[in-house]
Amino acid sequence: MIAVQLAALLVVAVGAWATVMARDPVRQAIVVSLYGLALGLLFFAFQAPDVALSNIVIGAVALPTMLMLAIAKTKR
Amino acid sequence: MSVLPYVVAVWICLVGLYGIVTSRHLLHTIICVSVVQSSTYVLLLAVGYRQGGVAPVFVDIPHTTPAVDPVVQALTLTDVVVGGAVTALLLAIAVQIEKHLHTLDPDELDPLRD
Amino acid sequence: MDEQPPRRPGELSFAARRRLFLVGAAGLGALLLWGLFELPDYRDVVPLYGQVINHSAVEERSSTAVVSAVNFDYRGFDTLGEEFILFAAVLVLALLLRRLSEERRDRHEWKARHEHTTSAAVRLTCAALVGPTVLLAVYITAHGHLTPGGGFQGGVIAATALLLVYLGSDYPTMQRLRPLPLVETAKAAGALAFVLLGLAGLIFAGAFLENFLPLGTPGDLVAAGTIPLLSVAVGLEVAGGFVLLLSEFLDQLLVIRRKQEADS
Repeated sequence: MIAVQLAALLVVAVGAWATVMARDPVRQAIVVSLYGLALGLLFFAFQAPDVALSNIVIGAVALPTMLMLAIAKTKR
Repeated sequence: MSVLPYVVAVWICLVGLYGIVTSRHLLHTIICVSVVQSSTYVLLLAVGYRQGGVAPVFVDIPHTTPAVDPVVQALTLTDVVVGGAVTALLLAIAVQIEKHLHTLDPDELDPLRD
Repeated sequence: MDEQPPRRPGELSFAARRRLFLVGAAGLGALLLWGLFELPDYRDVVPLYGQVINHSAVEERSSTAVVSAVNFDYRGFDTLGEEFILFAAVLVLALLLRRLSEERRDRHEWKARHEHTTSAAVRLTCAALVGPTVLLAVYITAHGHLTPGGGFQGGVIAATALLLVYLGSDYPTMQRLRPLPLVETAKAAGALAFVLLGLAGLIFAGAFLENFLPLGTPGDLVAAGTIPLLSVAVGLEVAGGFVLLLSEFLDQLLVIRRKQEADS
């Protein structure tokens, strides 16, 4: 369990860096979806299934969808 | 190793702040705000964890089994959902800004200008 | 993206701003790490409140999922506040994305612009997944007091089902499935049901949001008093809220146009 937590923490740290470094919003929508999934796996490793479920649904599905819709609306 | 989750939480917070400060597109800024929020989730869950603890669900195990803290999980759970709704609100504000001012560059959005 | 707008007097350049931030971040990071290193090893200590609730929740509230018991019973008042934050956020979003006076709703123009280009595989998969997703949402909401889940997760999954409908078919189909007055009524009814259950706790048991219904045995579907009812109320409200969120964004994208675009 410790190895899983260590790996998940490192993936989340790299994922946060990748989300910030993706300057184009369309690319960032995909990266933030993967970051939400990585956070969900980290929460599972910390024995928190409720929080993981919430984060996967919101951070990996609802948030990138709304971001994509906002991008499509603001593209001229 | 004993403080690694805290270090990762601080790292995520600072990385998100860097993204907000150096952002050139308002939608990118909003997602960086959401990244800063996620650092607090990691910190809360690390505080509540215990070595060898199980998830606080006692369907088929006796309820005296050592489990992790349910209170911080309850806080984080509602925080995630409500944070998503507030981020959607910020995206709606950005959509309206673009409609009226035709730009999403934070450097050009100075309310005191002109 | 690389050239910058002309600098006003006194404004920092991009590089100077970044350097200033890195200095500040180093200071903030040092302070935070100094404070966090004083905390005990993250694997050792569980806060005492959590330990007490873990030991007593199953017997006291007949609920095997302790997190839901905390959300809807022990800390039910905080959940009421969070639910209303979501309500207010969706309200303000619907207000912001309303049709302005210089815009109009064009239901027919989108047909010409958005010809049906999704493949048959996508449409079939989405159509096949809608039913199981709705079932999953209902299951997770209803079993909130038994297994991980509850109203918050189930509500968002239900909103995702509507998104699958839109992805698998087209805008008019999705519109038929979410009559907006019904969605808004469901959202308000969920919020109202939570408050009414709290008031009923006040009337029948002497404290707001007190668990006043018979508790049953842990592990039954009908157990834990008001916890599954509050979970369903929150599920309704969150589902209605997120359906409204997605609908407003889709409306803005597909239907609302500026008035002079119609002439061009």
